[in-house]
Amino acid sequence: MSQLRFTKDHEWIRVDGVTATVGITTYAQGQLGDIVFVEVPAKGKALKAGGEAAVVESVKAASEVYAPASGEVTEGNAALPNAPETVNKDPQGAGWFFKMALSNPAELNGLMDQAAYDSYVASLGA
Amino acid sequence: MADPAAADLKTTPLHALHVSLGAKMVPFAGYSMPVQYPLGVLKEHLHTRAQAGLFDVSHMGQADLTGDDVAAALEELIPGDLKALAAGRIRYSTLLTEAGGIIDDLMVTRPAEPGSEKRLFLVVNAACKEGDFDHIVRRLGSRVQLKRHEDRALLALQGPAAAGVLTRFVPACAAMPFMSSRVDSFALPGGAKIEVRLFRSGYTGEDGYEISIPADKAEAVAKALLAQAEVQPIGLGARDSLRLEAGLCLYGSDIDINTTPIEANLSWIISKRRKLEGGFPGAGKIIEQINTGTERLRVGIKPLGRAPARAHTEILDELGDNIGEITSGGFGPSVNGPVAMGYVKTAFASPGTQVQLVVRGQAMPAEVVALPFAPHRYFKTKP
Repeated sequence: MSQLRFTKDHEWIRVDGVTATVGITTYAQGQLGDIVFVEVPAKGKALKAGGEAAVVESVKAASEVYAPASGEVTEGNAALPNAPETVNKDPQGAGWFFKMALSNPAELNGLMDQAAYDSYVASLGA
Repeated sequence: MADPAAADLKTTPLHALHVSLGAKMVPFAGYSMPVQYPLGVLKEHLHTRAQAGLFDVSHMGQADLTGDDVAAALEELIPGDLKALAAGRIRYSTLLTEAGGIIDDLMVTRPAEPGSEKRLFLVVNAACKEGDFDHIVRRLGSRVQLKRHEDRALLALQGPAAAGVLTRFVPACAAMPFMSSRVDSFALPGGAKIEVRLFRSGYTGEDGYEISIPADKAEAVAKALLAQAEVQPIGLGARDSLRLEAGLCLYGSDIDINTTPIEANLSWIISKRRKLEGGFPGAGKIIEQINTGTERLRVGIKPLGRAPARAHTEILDELGDNIGEITSGGFGPSVNGPVAMGYVKTAFASPGTQVQLVVRGQAMPAEVVALPFAPHRYFKTKP
């Protein structure tokens, strides 16, 4: 069973056992607008929960993508740097940023599930 | 999120129209302004270069300046040749400090209508308008009278289809030369005629017009233009990427009180006569800079990778020594890649010079390039 969790910074993390896939949410890409540049982390990069993991830039501004949990990058999405618009088209599918091996799966307990995230987004009033 | 309209922001006469079109409104220069419409910045930008975009720039300051020697008087504050400015023509210039710094950039028009021989029409930046108008009145005193047009909206219709579209409402507009202005009537679909002042000018590098309209008629004019198949509403986001690709300066970013027109590579705004005679603020310094050069120059910068370099990015030479700073940068939709401009030490200002940009702590390769990034396509009168 995979498990989908969300951060307040609008990253999503889909967990299958001890490996996880990370991206930004549909809401986040909508707020950013047209995405024109993505930088994904290299395999082997150590990530700390809440630390900078990737970069996404829209026509408007540059934003950091933070690691929802601690661990090590197992793969960056090599398709994104040459097709950053994929993040707008399919943010929670083909527009994933990186996969990681979790070092402390218990950290996920501090994240929101879909229902909690939906009401969080609703509370932002946009 | 807080409603920008509630935060003591001023609104333009088109505010209700922007909201009804689904615009995302943001605070800008004390106004609630549309940064983008549902089309989005990227498509708005490309649409303007392909067809025509309609921009609300009513936040900008419009004013009439009158006086018996109005051209000579204003020449004491700017380096442009206003005495030689023909009736019906527009001049781009800058208000200057005594140190040659730029207080604001502005458009000065000499109206062609009979009886306006002692009048100039000014358009200045929204964020600077209070200061600009105070400065002009304080410095020129009783020699001039300044009448602000707070009762007028300003629209810009820009793009290769702009002339074809506007001709349907103002037939005479197609023949207007670039940087000319005329008063004409805009025929609304219902038959009503609105008196408008047209300028064949803009801030996108494309052919197009700016249209000054009585505030209470602005929405009718905007709706008539938006009803044309070629026209989309365009927000401030695309306005910025369009002007950046066109190599045009944004006041407060690329030029300000600490830059002179010569450092900003705007030497062309100082005419031969003004260069010989001086008589404008900072003339001594500026004329010396024309003759002997400046320590730094505004140039185009093309990042060679895909990462955009934003304003305040540090510029290094190939050895890693600091040579300047980016003042505007982002993604250029028509270029389909990052574009920027900034100031570099003059020794590094030649196109083709290899430089480095410090983006997120890493030095990225870039090149000094000639501006503009997107070729200007202004209207040229047939010989």
